Amino acid sequence: MTQTDFDVIVLGAGPAGLTAGIYLSRSKARVLIVDSGIPGGQTILTHEIANYPGIESTSGYMLASTMKKQAETFGCTIKSNVKVTDVDLSSDIKSINLGNGEKYTSKAFILATGGRSKTIGAKGENVFKGRGISYCATCDGDFFQDKEIIVVGGGNSALEEAVSLTKYASKLTIVHMLSDWQAFDHAVEDMKANEKIDYIMESRIVEFKGEGALQEVVIENLAEGTTYTKKIDGVFIFIGYEANTDFLQGKEVKLNERKEIIVDENLQTNIKGVYAAGDALAKKYRQITTAVSDGTIAALNALEYIHSK
Amino acid sequence: MTLPTNLKHVVTAQELTELINEKENVMVCCGRMGPMCLPVYDIMKSLEESGKYDHVEFRDMLFDSPEAAIIRNAPECSSFMGLPFTMYYKNGKVVKATTSIQNMDMVTEILDKEFAK
Repeated sequence: MTQTDFDVIVLGAGPAGLTAGIYLSRSKARVLIVDSGIPGGQTILTHEIANYPGIESTSGYMLASTMKKQAETFGCTIKSNVKVTDVDLSSDIKSINLGNGEKYTSKAFILATGGRSKTIGAKGENVFKGRGISYCATCDGDFFQDKEIIVVGGGNSALEEAVSLTKYASKLTIVHMLSDWQAFDHAVEDMKANEKIDYIMESRIVEFKGEGALQEVVIENLAEGTTYTKKIDGVFIFIGYEANTDFLQGKEVKLNERKEIIVDENLQTNIKGVYAAGDALAKKYRQITTAVSDGTIAALNALEYIHSK
Repeated sequence: MTLPTNLKHVVTAQELTELINEKENVMVCCGRMGPMCLPVYDIMKSLEESGKYDHVEFRDMLFDSPEAAIIRNAPECSSFMGLPFTMYYKNGKVVKATTSIQNMDMVTEILDKEFAK
């Protein structure tokens, strides 16, 4: 018979959720990890990880696969690529409903839903995704050999990816909304030293245009309040991440103004028995190592909670 | 040359042609082992294992193989600039092609529409 009652349900199978699963299942708790996508979360979007202690270099996919295997070895049940239709977090017994009609319950719940790349939200962005608009330089850079492209953003990711894209592009323009960079000095210096790169500050793309593929963008100069059209072959967007907490809108879990989950020092939300971990948290730094740390803390506190009941 | 996924692979253009002519419904994801492609392979494996799409053949193909020109140069992909290129064939004809990462809902929407039982 399929088990439907667990000690802890973890929503999200990124590094935070998988770490929580490893700790909980190794402590003999019955754990279900649910994810609407592939296990690994944003980690799988990283080609090379060289700052995870103890591992000199690996891919995000390999690291996530190993974490998943570890969790399963200790007894975790993992359901990936499933649609979550509802969660009940406020009752004493927590529950999750899946799109296939399955329902699972638990004593404690860990929200480890992570984040996703922000989109600009400009007209035409969805139309030209994969047809000139990309969010992954290493995946799609070689489609833009000897072409003119734009990188949107002013943080470390945007500037570092811009430099790496000059391997392919003939000319690259960075479009940034603010009047200063949000990147480390060395990233700004590397970008400025690259002869192929130009930049436009205090500006944003307000429309993507083309027939079949992207051909031009409409740029708004925010300082002057003017717009103009620029012919372009491709646009890469790196404007940061936002928390995957849309499903918590209207629920009792407290979020901040950026829709990130607010927790106490034990990573417990405002609801007893509901913890949160990883990039969906209201916090300053988002790294694989910090997600792993969050997952550990949330798991140990969830264990203490279920044993106290 | 094949991708190290747990899907069945298409290696040659001839193999692909035979497959789409022999099988009514075929989905082929043509990509690399990169972050935009891996989620699509995973979705395909989940759907294959779910048993709900037994009437669909799921395959992958290595984008950089010379044999994959049959997909890279397909007219339906002429404006594509994002991996993976995912093709949906019905009775040997392309009925849908998508570029870049897709989620489960996007894939099942196409399967349910184009390959309705």
